[in-house]
Amino acid sequence: MEPSGLAEKVREKFPEEVIEIQDFRGQVSLVLKKERIPDIFGYLHDDPVFLLDYLKDLCGVDYLGKRDSRFEVVYHLYSMEHRHMLRIKVPVSESDCVVDSVTSIWIGADWHERECYDMYGIEFKGHPDLRRILMPEDWEGYPLRKDYPVKGPDSEGEWQGFKEVLRKSEEFRKYEWKG
Amino acid sequence: MEGIKDNLRTKELTVSMGPQHPSTHGVLRLVLELDGETVVNCTPYVGYLHRGIEKLSETMTYHSAIPLTDRMDYISSMTNNVGYCLAVERLFGIRAPERAEYIRTIVCEMARISSHIIWIGTHALDIGAMTIFLYSFREREWLLDLFEELCGARLTVSYPRIGGVRNDVSRHFLDSLYRFTDEFPGRIREYETLIDRNRIWLKRTKGIGVIPAEEAINWGLSGATLRGSGVNYDIRKRFPYDAYDKVDFEVPLGKSGDVYARYRCRMEEFRQSNRIIRQCIEQIPKGPVLTPDAPKVILPSKDRVLADMESLIHHFVLITKGQMAAPEGEIYVATEAPKGELGFYIVSDGTGKPYRMRVRAPSFVHASVLPRLCKGHMVADVVANIGTIDIVLGECDR
Repeated sequence: MEPSGLAEKVREKFPEEVIEIQDFRGQVSLVLKKERIPDIFGYLHDDPVFLLDYLKDLCGVDYLGKRDSRFEVVYHLYSMEHRHMLRIKVPVSESDCVVDSVTSIWIGADWHERECYDMYGIEFKGHPDLRRILMPEDWEGYPLRKDYPVKGPDSEGEWQGFKEVLRKSEEFRKYEWKG
Repeated sequence: MEGIKDNLRTKELTVSMGPQHPSTHGVLRLVLELDGETVVNCTPYVGYLHRGIEKLSETMTYHSAIPLTDRMDYISSMTNNVGYCLAVERLFGIRAPERAEYIRTIVCEMARISSHIIWIGTHALDIGAMTIFLYSFREREWLLDLFEELCGARLTVSYPRIGGVRNDVSRHFLDSLYRFTDEFPGRIREYETLIDRNRIWLKRTKGIGVIPAEEAINWGLSGATLRGSGVNYDIRKRFPYDAYDKVDFEVPLGKSGDVYARYRCRMEEFRQSNRIIRQCIEQIPKGPVLTPDAPKVILPSKDRVLADMESLIHHFVLITKGQMAAPEGEIYVATEAPKGELGFYIVSDGTGKPYRMRVRAPSFVHASVLPRLCKGHMVADVVANIGTIDIVLGECDR
């Protein structure tokens, strides 16, 4: 089935949950409310018309100052059998930065959700092991947020590592050969 | 005897493997919980090579982000460049000329061969077959020399451009590549005689790291790692890009879903890639290599910049502000990289820079399946499992 037909079918089944259907260059995105997404994803995974059994990708996007609900979690789903793709977008507000985990449906979502948590601070309810993954465990802040400085948290003046080198060279000056 | 057994205290041993370990293929750290030699639990730690490529690309124009993509899967940077360029082209609604599409297909398959060569060399080296490493790197050297002739770089090539490729291929390049494709099938047979009937190799690969088809799909595996389980999923066939719909090739599939099946798949992919390159060289049409109908997206050539006013203006604006008319929208384009499905998800807000660029890295997904593959096997099989999923940590950590 065409992806736009698929999206319409979801709207028929869950009229309350679908916010919008977008189409850009033949790729259809379905914007859903976050409350019932485990049910909807379970339905999309198992229903013989959809059979979206392959989670291609899961990521977050930060729309700071552009939209009312700041974040969006984007799922790319694909069906091995029917060979169709559907993009699902779930807006998440900053004040209630929690969304249900889909690891019970696609186990491969595990690391993607951890990365999304690591980079945006979006929590996934029901995730078995929600820890930072790419950044160190004691890192503060969420690097891919739009208000996070590109050069890092202490971007005023020199880079932290370089400051360390300067401090060390100052310290070692006392060993210098005075002649 | 019974009394001794009751009084003995048994405890699982925790061993940290990596991040500096020759068989982890980069900076991967595994924490293994061992019961004797058997792996009870395995926890991978990644992120040692995280350079924030996704964050960096948000500050760059679409053109200047191309060299960043080289640094992800650094042993097959051509496929990363092509994947990124295809995504941006799709976003802008432009298409590369036919000759450029053929050239891209050729270089992608060259990158696939050179990446698989690294895989077979190091994978066999890890398991104990030393000789094949030297044999396979001989062919890799040949391919890297060809890359150097084509674009001046051997590893981080940045050769493809948005809307085509940087420069045309020379007659000499195509001739020597054709000579390579003549000789390469014989070299593949050479590799196979070295390990195919080697009893140790078979013992170490058959029945290790088995993952059934349904589970592999649920994990989100892709590339040869998925096809080893018998799932016919190849993006070159399912969503043909560049010239893949104009050439004839087969998708090799495994049955048993173990390390051996994935080994057979990749060995067969050598032959198919070789076939694709040959067909492309035979069919390659004449014409431009950079699309002429999108002056507001692609850089004009230097001689035009020096000759006419309009090209000069386009050049200036493109360099300083990025593309002029980036449409608002989002696009997900996947390509079949040597490691698996490499996807680019680009969100554009209408400016000259990507608002968000997400890289769906196959190595990231494949690294996450390691605990599933290793549990219940011996410590030595952990090494075989790391080799078989074919990960590059530069791509995993981005």
